[in-house]
Amino acid sequence: MLVGHQPKPFLLSVEGLTVSFDGFKAVNDLSFYVEENEIRVIIGPNGAGKTTVLDLICGKTKATSGLIEFRGKDLTKLKENQIVKAGVGRKFQTPSIYDDLTVFENLEISYPRGRTVFGALTFTRDAAVRDRVHEVAEMIFLKDRLDMSAALLSHGQKQWLEIGMLLIQDPDLLMLDEPVAGMSVSERAKTAELLNRIIKDRSVLVIEHDMKFVEDIAHKVTVLHQGQILSEGTMEKVKSDPKVIEVYLGH
Amino acid sequence: MNDSRFATRSELIGILVLAVLLVVILPLCLDVFRLNLVAKYLTYAFVALGLVICWGYGGILSLGQGVFFGLGGYCMAMFLKLEASSVENTKIQSTPGIPDFMDWNQITALPFFWKPFHSLTFTIAAVILVPGIFALIIGAAMFKRRVGGTYFAIITQAVAAILTILIVGQQGYTGGINGMTDLRTLKGWDIRPDHAKVVLYFFEVGLLFACIFIAQFVRHSKLGRILVAMRDQEDRVRFSGYSVANFKIFAFCIAAIFAAIGGAMFALNVGFMSPSFVGIVPSIEMVIYTAVGGRLSILGAVYGTILVNFAKTSLSESFPELWLFGLGGLFIAVVLAFPNGLAGIWGDYVQPRISKLIGTRKPKSDWTDNSVADGAPAE
Repeated sequence: MLVGHQPKPFLLSVEGLTVSFDGFKAVNDLSFYVEENEIRVIIGPNGAGKTTVLDLICGKTKATSGLIEFRGKDLTKLKENQIVKAGVGRKFQTPSIYDDLTVFENLEISYPRGRTVFGALTFTRDAAVRDRVHEVAEMIFLKDRLDMSAALLSHGQKQWLEIGMLLIQDPDLLMLDEPVAGMSVSERAKTAELLNRIIKDRSVLVIEHDMKFVEDIAHKVTVLHQGQILSEGTMEKVKSDPKVIEVYLGH
Repeated sequence: MNDSRFATRSELIGILVLAVLLVVILPLCLDVFRLNLVAKYLTYAFVALGLVICWGYGGILSLGQGVFFGLGGYCMAMFLKLEASSVENTKIQSTPGIPDFMDWNQITALPFFWKPFHSLTFTIAAVILVPGIFALIIGAAMFKRRVGGTYFAIITQAVAAILTILIVGQQGYTGGINGMTDLRTLKGWDIRPDHAKVVLYFFEVGLLFACIFIAQFVRHSKLGRILVAMRDQEDRVRFSGYSVANFKIFAFCIAAIFAAIGGAMFALNVGFMSPSFVGIVPSIEMVIYTAVGGRLSILGAVYGTILVNFAKTSLSESFPELWLFGLGGLFIAVVLAFPNGLAGIWGDYVQPRISKLIGTRKPKSDWTDNSVADGAPAE
């Protein structure tokens, strides 16, 4: 196979991916490849299938056909929790955090140990867990709020908390769905700084509309339109692509 | 932050107060008849305790806990019935040595599934395992297919109806609508006289505290926090690497086993078991006990059960036909006005006043006590 001849194997290969909802193809014969330590941003107009692609990779939606290969494993055949174990982390578009728990407890649940029923019963909050939670809390600017109920955080802080929950999971592929949406200018700058720090040593797949933010972080951009790839390449190349200007950037 | 594996200091005080009430005050103040009534109420407290874990923490509303209460109760009743049906006790029957209702239904030999219930060890194992495995099967069938919420509640309700119909229909094997009556001895020890009632009461209270400690352990473990997390953000838990279905099955099974222990104690304390404790109405009543006590509070569930049942006994003696309306009204009032039940009223109004009176600062309560209260102003 072609993949075998590459100098470095791809971390994630998506090939011929299709999903149809009652005949409507939200993602249609999509193929793309993400390398180790690559930051890939997916952009595209509303309804282009961006979120669906993330849903397919993390197992939330089952593919109708096609292949998603991650570190030699076919993710389409795995359950959601097995996909997480394989090293894929996913942040949702609206902040999904546990309102009834404290910030500390939110982070602790994502700590990758004791994920079975018995493991969770016998889980102890030892020094390793505490240190890691404090370390991550410092990164996501929530060090002083560990004992606070997560419901009381601001929208931006909730977004950071969810990013922190993924960090503690330490995934090889981090998927972020609009991480700066709804944030204030200063929060946005802090988030960009946070993301630039956490993307080291892992691959990241980001969906984002904020073009300035995309330019700041993207190694490579994939433009989706009606479930298919419209253009792919560096930001400059994509920006000057007449097709992209017509359907997405040109308004 | 709760570093203790079982309970915070204020929870320990709460458990102690309950222990003093159940072990010292009630036995001293009540006559044996009333104490036996409390013993009957407390059998439902086991169910309510299970519902706190399953419904309060896990958000899984089961309207069929009567099924597990009944399975536990029937397992125990089968043992007691067999002991009461010795050959000399039943020599007037056409087939001596089998339970009376079998004889009335022209059954001439003990059915195969009754035979192991000659053994007390088997019976105790069955009280735990039969409902546990049944809950495991229902739970696996539902939660692995992602059936939840209202659909799950309706299905448990249907199971309760089916089991009632089955018990009533299979009169020869189950005693039918009358249930299993005239239970007499446990390994030769008569369970009917007053002193036996007192001993059984204390034994039951001991079991109840064992279950309270198990519930406390679950609640303070990471599993307890995962249940709460799942209630709000099931997908987030799933995509943090947990198999959500397994955790739901666990919560449902533990609720079923608690209910079954309650059922078994019911058969011992009350001396009979019948399908009227299995069906839809008793199952919903059990949910109401939990709601009134506070579905997020382990101790609240116990108090709620005792109080609602006490009200039921006194009101239904005077106004039998009004009681069900009263119960329905109580449930609506609790849901609308006090979603955290008695425990919520205690935590929000009574405890702060007491703390003020004593002059101590209100301890920082954790999420079980004021999670909804925190959210309430925003709604």
